[in-house]
Amino acid sequence: MRALAFRSPSPMPGWGLSFGVMVLMLSLIVLMPIGTLLLRGAHIGLGEIWHIVNTERVRAALALSFRASLIAALFNLVFGLILAWVLVRYHFWGKRIIDAAIDLPFALPTAVAGIALTAIYAPNGAFGAILMNTFGLRVAYTELGIWIALIFVGLPFVVRTVQPVIEEIDREIEEASATLGASRMRTLRKVILPMLTPALLTGLALALARSVGEYGSVIFIAGNLPLQTEIAPLLIVIRLEEFDYNGAVAIALAMLAISFLMLLAINLIQVWSRRRMGAA
Amino acid sequence: MTHPTLATFRPATTEPDWMRRILIGLVIALLTVLLFAPLIAVFAEAGKRGLAFALQSLTDPDAQSAIRLTLTVAAISVPLNAAFGIAAAWAITKFDWRGKAFMITLIDLPFSVSPVVAGLCFVLLFGANSAIGGWLVAAGHPVIFAVPGVVVATMFITFPFVARELIPVMTEQGRAEEEAALTLGASGWRIFFTVTVPNIRWALLYGVLLCNARAMGEFGAVAVVSGKIRGQTSTMPLMIEMLYNEYLSVAAFTMATLLALLALVTLTLKSALEWRFADQLAASSRH
Repeated sequence: MRALAFRSPSPMPGWGLSFGVMVLMLSLIVLMPIGTLLLRGAHIGLGEIWHIVNTERVRAALALSFRASLIAALFNLVFGLILAWVLVRYHFWGKRIIDAAIDLPFALPTAVAGIALTAIYAPNGAFGAILMNTFGLRVAYTELGIWIALIFVGLPFVVRTVQPVIEEIDREIEEASATLGASRMRTLRKVILPMLTPALLTGLALALARSVGEYGSVIFIAGNLPLQTEIAPLLIVIRLEEFDYNGAVAIALAMLAISFLMLLAINLIQVWSRRRMGAA
Repeated sequence: MTHPTLATFRPATTEPDWMRRILIGLVIALLTVLLFAPLIAVFAEAGKRGLAFALQSLTDPDAQSAIRLTLTVAAISVPLNAAFGIAAAWAITKFDWRGKAFMITLIDLPFSVSPVVAGLCFVLLFGANSAIGGWLVAAGHPVIFAVPGVVVATMFITFPFVARELIPVMTEQGRAEEEAALTLGASGWRIFFTVTVPNIRWALLYGVLLCNARAMGEFGAVAVVSGKIRGQTSTMPLMIEMLYNEYLSVAAFTMATLLALLALVTLTLKSALEWRFADQLAASSRH
């Protein structure tokens, strides 16, 4: 009988109040709004949603959002791993400042990041001018600019998921590997990397989920040309401004479906990594 | 590398000296280009025509209204989300019930929803065309294109912050201390204020800090629900966009400077908490 009960008996006070506040606020702030979106989607119908999404402009925007997010997240996967390793294992002047600065993209409002990156990477900006004059490379107002903005936004995720795992690594495992004759590179590749893989994938998925929906930091640097540099969230805003609610809902649902799959993937990765590492 | 006598005997658990130098150099170079340069650019662009000119732009009534609104919205949404975070952490960590993992997934949901989509959800729910919205507008309490919409959109975006910080900390701390207080006859609120709060105060402050930074800086969700009415529903980030699009670069970057300073203060306090109270924060926030 007990296994069927929703809650095991407990003398601890405050169940009704805490559970009530949690469910009420969750419903009002998160579930009702998202539920409204889903209901509206059901009302529009799958066929019509497909019809709206399967147009050149929407397809281009969705493809751009996911392509740029993937490129930025993969860049951050490699760079974040190096960054986390350097911060945990090496000692150098200014390390603490760098460690604190990693979270800047979390703390700095996206609109501020957007105009700041544009100021630097615009053709007349500090870095933009150099890249333009020496390599003929335009960054701002091209897809390259979107990559830069998304790399900025996703930078902390991989570092912050991998860093604690590197701290936990038992040095004796590395010593054992070295005693058995493995070179340092081989130890890193065959011993360390597999231990970090679950955390790396989690960080990658988090960075991806964040980048796909990112709006504030991208729209300033992107140029926002339809079919070229127009991201999916911007197209939702444009549809809303045209009072084309169905159009906005269809694009949002397409994005939400993909985001939800990512959340599911994160959970599956966590289950898999726990089993693999043999922890509870 | 600091011991000259040992320099030739590299421990087996470190990388060669040249590799360390390259990696440290790479990290500093990339962070300079990606993080430090944009931050410096904010201050440099704001100060382009002198401090007096920059400060002058803040005396504009619309700018002051934006600053007031941002502070008001944070003052409402952050305490409410903190209350939610405490309640959720209490219900999840002090009791055993089915579906906890699913509940945590639901609480985390706003992290994987685009801010723009969040804004769209509220427009559909409270917009003048919806059932609830139509009734609210008729009653003289519009939500969309008004301040309440800005508040609820901000709450959605920052919803998981406090809960996410408290749940791991309270799980790790267990229930033994509260149970001891209970057997000694303390009431529920007394247990909470004299046993739980002292244990979680730094984690709570940490969560509130991050929640506040995001609340004051939220752009996408607020842009959709607010209607960007100058002097009424424009927050600081929205004001930055409008000024920037009007080529009022100095004014835009001056407003951005205020938010960048907020970010720097947040990061400093956050790092101070991590160094001083690492054992009382969630494992993921200790480094």
